[in-house]
Amino acid sequence: MTTSRAEITASTSNAVTIPLPERPRRWWRRHLLDLESLSAEEIVILLDAADAMKRLTNGCRNKIPLLSGRTLANLFFENSTRTRNSFSLAAKRLGADTVEFSSAGSSVAKGETFIDTAKTIQAMGVDWVVTRHPASGTPHQLARELQCCVLNAGDGAHEHPTQGLLDMLTIREHRGCLDGLTVALVGDIQHSRTARSNMWGLRKLGAHVIVCGPATLVSPRWQELGFEVAHDLDEILDRCDVLNLLRIQFERFESRPFPSVHEYASRYGMNGRRMRRCRDNILIMAPGPINRGVEITPEVADGPHSVILEQVTNGIAVRMAALWLLAGGSGSPEEVVV
Amino acid sequence: MSESTPILIDNGHLVSPADHLDRPGRLLLRRGRIEALDPADGDLPSYYHRVDARRCLVAPGLVDLGAEFREPGFEDDETIVSGGAAALAGGYTSVLCLGNCDPPIDTPAGVELVARIAAAAGGPKIHVIACLSQGRKGEQMAELGLLFKAGAVAFSDSPAAIGHSALLKRALDYSRMFDVPIFDRPVDPDLINRGVMHDGRVSLVLGMAGLPTEAEDLAVARDVRLAEATAGRLHVGPISTMGAIDLLRWVKSRGIAVTASACPHNLWQTDDVLRGYETRYKVHPPLRSGRHIEMLREAVADGTVDAIQSGHMPRSAEKKMNDLDQAPFGASTLETALSVVATRMVHAGIISWSTLIQRMSTGPARIAKLDAGSLRVGAPADVIVVDPDETWTVQADRFFSACHSSPHDGAEVRGRVVYTIVDGEIRFTRRPALEHLATNC
Repeated sequence: MTTSRAEITASTSNAVTIPLPERPRRWWRRHLLDLESLSAEEIVILLDAADAMKRLTNGCRNKIPLLSGRTLANLFFENSTRTRNSFSLAAKRLGADTVEFSSAGSSVAKGETFIDTAKTIQAMGVDWVVTRHPASGTPHQLARELQCCVLNAGDGAHEHPTQGLLDMLTIREHRGCLDGLTVALVGDIQHSRTARSNMWGLRKLGAHVIVCGPATLVSPRWQELGFEVAHDLDEILDRCDVLNLLRIQFERFESRPFPSVHEYASRYGMNGRRMRRCRDNILIMAPGPINRGVEITPEVADGPHSVILEQVTNGIAVRMAALWLLAGGSGSPEEVVV
Repeated sequence: MSESTPILIDNGHLVSPADHLDRPGRLLLRRGRIEALDPADGDLPSYYHRVDARRCLVAPGLVDLGAEFREPGFEDDETIVSGGAAALAGGYTSVLCLGNCDPPIDTPAGVELVARIAAAAGGPKIHVIACLSQGRKGEQMAELGLLFKAGAVAFSDSPAAIGHSALLKRALDYSRMFDVPIFDRPVDPDLINRGVMHDGRVSLVLGMAGLPTEAEDLAVARDVRLAEATAGRLHVGPISTMGAIDLLRWVKSRGIAVTASACPHNLWQTDDVLRGYETRYKVHPPLRSGRHIEMLREAVADGTVDAIQSGHMPRSAEKKMNDLDQAPFGASTLETALSVVATRMVHAGIISWSTLIQRMSTGPARIAKLDAGSLRVGAPADVIVVDPDETWTVQADRFFSACHSSPHDGAEVRGRVVYTIVDGEIRFTRRPALEHLATNC
């Protein structure tokens, strides 16, 4: 495994020489499937690498030829705009090429299984497959079948690890560290992959996690797994350092788990009145897309505590870090030089 | 080997709860029947094949209360020939096969077709569980009287749930005329929507839609009340939850003649294995949590669960090679059922071999009213020889079944079928042919 420090000329306008980050020796993974199975140390490596990538690319705006010649395939079986574009931009910022693939109009529509589709794409010589799928566990199934790196961009209601990481990166940028913070995830926990990635990741780095929402969407079983469960947002507001407001995923409901959007908004919508009861330095986050007027009012979304757009930028940083680290992973923990 | 060659099963340990047998002994099979128990040497025929059952158990052949053979219509999943071969390898001499074929077995012609294919296949005895409703649509009763006349031994829309309580009640009433049981796979369809696994802590973490236990409990509650109200013959199964067991205990204590069955995989392992996202663990009923497994084992031991059925639901590799949402429920289980139950229940000290035979042969035969599950003189010579201590590793890719998806693949199990004899004919053996052909003439 190469760990030598290379130097390249970054394609900034004034053509300065930027030292490349050193590959962390402890990193061995070739797939990013979930945060539940990562150690705290691995999460910190990812966040540190994201910091470095952000610096190197001048805030994710410039291009550096760190991974040129490599190819990323976006293999999305579910609609996505921001995550897909974010991965594409991350690859392009690092000089890699991208291939787009969506299930509509492809051979999946003709009855091919997703595993065959992924193998076909791999045979075209890609280095990373970024996948989103409506069923939990599909990236894990792919990782067993493919030789290239697999990145989970959302599998059912299971996990969305890069979203979890970008949320954590955003919090860390504002607070320096996550240890000891209280973070509330508010909304539809049941169907949220963002929630699950945040829960595992935050807890591993020492944050106290509260899951808050209607009892039909927040299972009491989370308590058995060591998370605080709350059903009344007003009761927890003054204890929180961060509020992450999850979108209500109307498309995932067969029958609505609360009586009306109006009732939901009145119990869990973040508005100016609730803001006044929060701590002064509260961070308001949302994975987006946001339903203005449901989980968040415009004055909060666009207010001084909102870091929603920073999250989007950090998404590119985190994805650059993930692509770079996975490309150098050996795939086996035994091959780590400690 | 000619059909009429008598067989002497020698040196074995006879196990047959129906006949209160649990002792060393030997058995003479002739003309398709059990001719003699412990025949003296002088009473043996002038020629016979001798099966040496040293260190083995000799028991009535297993009876399965509900396997899917998928023929006609879904031959890529399984055929009557491949399913029959799997059944024989698993020690089953009688199999009740479900009518969820294409077209569904809801006409006398369908029953006759299956019987004809089965007769030519030379496998186990195959009996048909005909559809309860026309086209398995869960609306109108199928022609139960004509189906019965054509040979159907039970009626069921399984594995689909009977959503309409009125249909079930009517069918329970109507089928009393034929004294044929209704089999219901108890599920409340309203509560399962897109569930793929047991609704519990694991499904919560994996973000997978759950199959809540109350979906089964509510259906069992409805079923047993309707059985009581109609005095019809009802069999519920496979069941998998504590709630269902509670209800069955209650109803049995009131003397209501409801019977129940469970599947080996629900005695085997918990839903934790789904963490690997392998579709071979997407089975019916779903793998439950530890508490349910413990209680189900108790219920099998104390007789609340009358029968263990294979739960054989073969699905082709193409269908199973998918994501967990899309892949169908089902697995190939006929070839592992006895070994799995022996490993988890007998060798774990929970039940005796005699109880295992009761739950997998004698009990099911009684429920389906078959002349099977017994070693009495004069009974059909459907007999198995089992090595109780052979330890082996399940290799699903070597199954006789066309379906190689198994929740037990790779598992080490103890206890294995050595001979399966149907109507006095050795239809399956793991021993080299010459060994049993060494006859005493």
